[in-house]
Amino acid sequence: MSSFQIDFGNATPPAGPSKIVGIDLGTTNSLVAVMELTGPRILSGIVPSVVAVKPDGDVLAGAEAREMLLTHPERTIYSVKRLMGRGVEDVQPELKLFPFHVAPGSGSVLKVQLGEKTFTPPEVSAHILRKLKLDAEAALGVPVTQAVITVPAYFNDAQRQATKDAGRIAGLEVLRLVNEPTAAALAYGLDKRKEGIVAVYDFGGGTFDISILRLHDGIFEVLATNGDTHLGGDDIDNLLLHIALEDIQSEWGEDISTRSDAVQLLRRAVIEAKEQLSFAPAATIDLAYHGRRYQREVTRELFEQIILPVIDRTLGPCRRCIADAKVPIEDINEVVMVGGSTRIPLVRSAVEKLFRKRPHTELNPDEVVALGAAVQAGILAGEVVDQLLLDVTPLSLGIETMGGLVSKLIHRNSTIPASAIEQFTTAVDGQRNVLIHVVQGERELVKDCRSLARFDLKGLDPVPAGSARIEVRFLIDANGILSVTAKDVRTGKSVEQEVKPSYGLTDEQVEAMILESFEKAEADFKERQVREARVQADAMLGATEKAKQHEAFNSLSGDQRKAIQKAINELLVVYHHDNYLLIRAKIEQLDQATFALAEAIMNDAVRGALKGTQV
Amino acid sequence: MEYYESLGLEPHLTLDPADLQQRFYTRSRQWHPDRFSRASAEEQQKALDMTALLNDAFRTLRDPVTRAEYFLKQNHIELGKEAPPELLEDVFELNMALDELRGGDESARPQLAEARKRFGAMLEEIDADLAGLSLKYDQSLSEPILEGIRGALNRRRYVSNLIRSAEEVLNATILSGEESSN
Repeated sequence: MSSFQIDFGNATPPAGPSKIVGIDLGTTNSLVAVMELTGPRILSGIVPSVVAVKPDGDVLAGAEAREMLLTHPERTIYSVKRLMGRGVEDVQPELKLFPFHVAPGSGSVLKVQLGEKTFTPPEVSAHILRKLKLDAEAALGVPVTQAVITVPAYFNDAQRQATKDAGRIAGLEVLRLVNEPTAAALAYGLDKRKEGIVAVYDFGGGTFDISILRLHDGIFEVLATNGDTHLGGDDIDNLLLHIALEDIQSEWGEDISTRSDAVQLLRRAVIEAKEQLSFAPAATIDLAYHGRRYQREVTRELFEQIILPVIDRTLGPCRRCIADAKVPIEDINEVVMVGGSTRIPLVRSAVEKLFRKRPHTELNPDEVVALGAAVQAGILAGEVVDQLLLDVTPLSLGIETMGGLVSKLIHRNSTIPASAIEQFTTAVDGQRNVLIHVVQGERELVKDCRSLARFDLKGLDPVPAGSARIEVRFLIDANGILSVTAKDVRTGKSVEQEVKPSYGLTDEQVEAMILESFEKAEADFKERQVREARVQADAMLGATEKAKQHEAFNSLSGDQRKAIQKAINELLVVYHHDNYLLIRAKIEQLDQATFALAEAIMNDAVRGALKGTQV
Repeated sequence: MEYYESLGLEPHLTLDPADLQQRFYTRSRQWHPDRFSRASAEEQQKALDMTALLNDAFRTLRDPVTRAEYFLKQNHIELGKEAPPELLEDVFELNMALDELRGGDESARPQLAEARKRFGAMLEEIDADLAGLSLKYDQSLSEPILEGIRGALNRRRYVSNLIRSAEEVLNATILSGEESSN
């Protein structure tokens, strides 16, 4: 009803300019934020990075999926970020510690089994991203199609590409991948410090990064970065879990490590105890399982003894980062702590000892990365004009040369975008192809580096050995992702190339997944619109029913009353239709029909008010 | 001299670091792909290429050694791979000590550490030499000076390789020494 629309809780989102969101796609939790005039703001709550397939085949992401970890552990996956951009043989150590079910027949592309379905890690992540997208759309009231997504600074090319693929599958154009510690620095720099040298120690659920930046007049220049993409709070949980499992075996005389529901319950108990130990001198790991109870008190002293090796593993990357940044440690003005694991007192004291200054802990370590991503989104949208991020590539890029050696072309900690040009020739008369094997890593031998891709330069003119001159340009873009172009120097023509990524999906595979998910997204969108239209219809019908009891209803003409009844009936007829446009049209019709009634009630109310009586 | 041009500089061997950094920041603000996220594909590609060039240029020119290497290369002067003859005796001694220590002969340690120190001092001398020659070249533009710079760069590359292998062996044996004593 026209004059009562506010009461109806108008569910149609107002049209407005689309927003670029910033997403922290974390190992344990994910968050979405947006840049506003007053600064970056978190949209909706924390979304656990958990995905589950219900017995009826529906896919859940977030808090609902996390609940399924306890009821249907075999249909649920967490910490999928550890699998991004990795091959089957890479994840073997992971499989001992995490209940990942690798689908049989996983070839160069790893797949996990959840119930009857199989998913690649980017598809799993896409479900988390889609949940964040929907949350953001609900909070903003506009469609969200573009995003900045954060990745660990130490992610390699394949891990970055997998993250970008996940975005595309979720229906998001990923405008930029931003390194998590850099994003944190951006949020921090905006808030606290404008000039100087800042170290960001980012210890999250599954990854560890250290970055050192120079802040100068709005420019955030990363000097060096280092880290470990498989080191985080998860590892601490696994240590405690292992001890508790052994304990239980000796207490109950039973090994419960093969019962996934018990392990999940125990994991939750262990995490609770770990979190308490950040504030209390002791905590109890408490498990109740099928009428049996296990309780074990852990003092902070014991806890610190257990986790010391994990924390020590973060210090090596820190020292290498300081050396690479070429700044004396005393020139580092501040150390910023990011990631949930930095709540652990032992982590804080280890960092303080290494950097010789008290680290900053006043920012919420769970939110600061998403806030920084939103700032970067604002930069890309042109809303933030005085800030600029200059990030680096974490790993050296090289090519395989004779004898399995690596020739480095772009060194680690080079500011990106970065490029290198290399000339190649042929070894045999009439050779038509040149194969270039690109690797990432710091070691001298190809076998110790990470294979990135093989580029097959094809269709060369047949010339005598050594006389071909192929110029190949390697370019790492602002996302840290490599592209290669080649041209024949003699003809100036570009050379056709076939790319075989060593890990991850081909473009065709991603396209197919996008297509599939697009259909799903379309269905999701329609379903949501229908649901919202019905909510609106309910409100409208309820308000009209109430208004009909009002004496003003009697003052209407017979035609007016008939028109209202007709509109009500027609709305009820289309109510269960799945075409939301039809429902909206009938709501509109009822709105028109009740216009006179609304007016009459208003007038009545005004008269009543003037008389000083209650309506 | 594309790298110099990208930063709006004349090709000199000596540069003011603060000026270089300021030029880099100013041009980064202008050309960074972040500023072109809603531009046409061609403009985006241009921004990407320009920024990559700027980054490559700044990285190369801010260090006097890589700057001089780039400068010579652009003047078609190749760096040699031959060992500088005046160093041969020192190198021979160092290699002996390296072999002995690798073979577990701890008595070679002081000798190797001493050699590492000597080569470190040599590196500093070469760097001072390089700075002096660079300044001289910029003032005179005399071609023969470039030949002197080539010699200095050759020696430098050779000496820093020696230092690296000495450090590798020293550090590796310290670590294994710790393990065996535990």
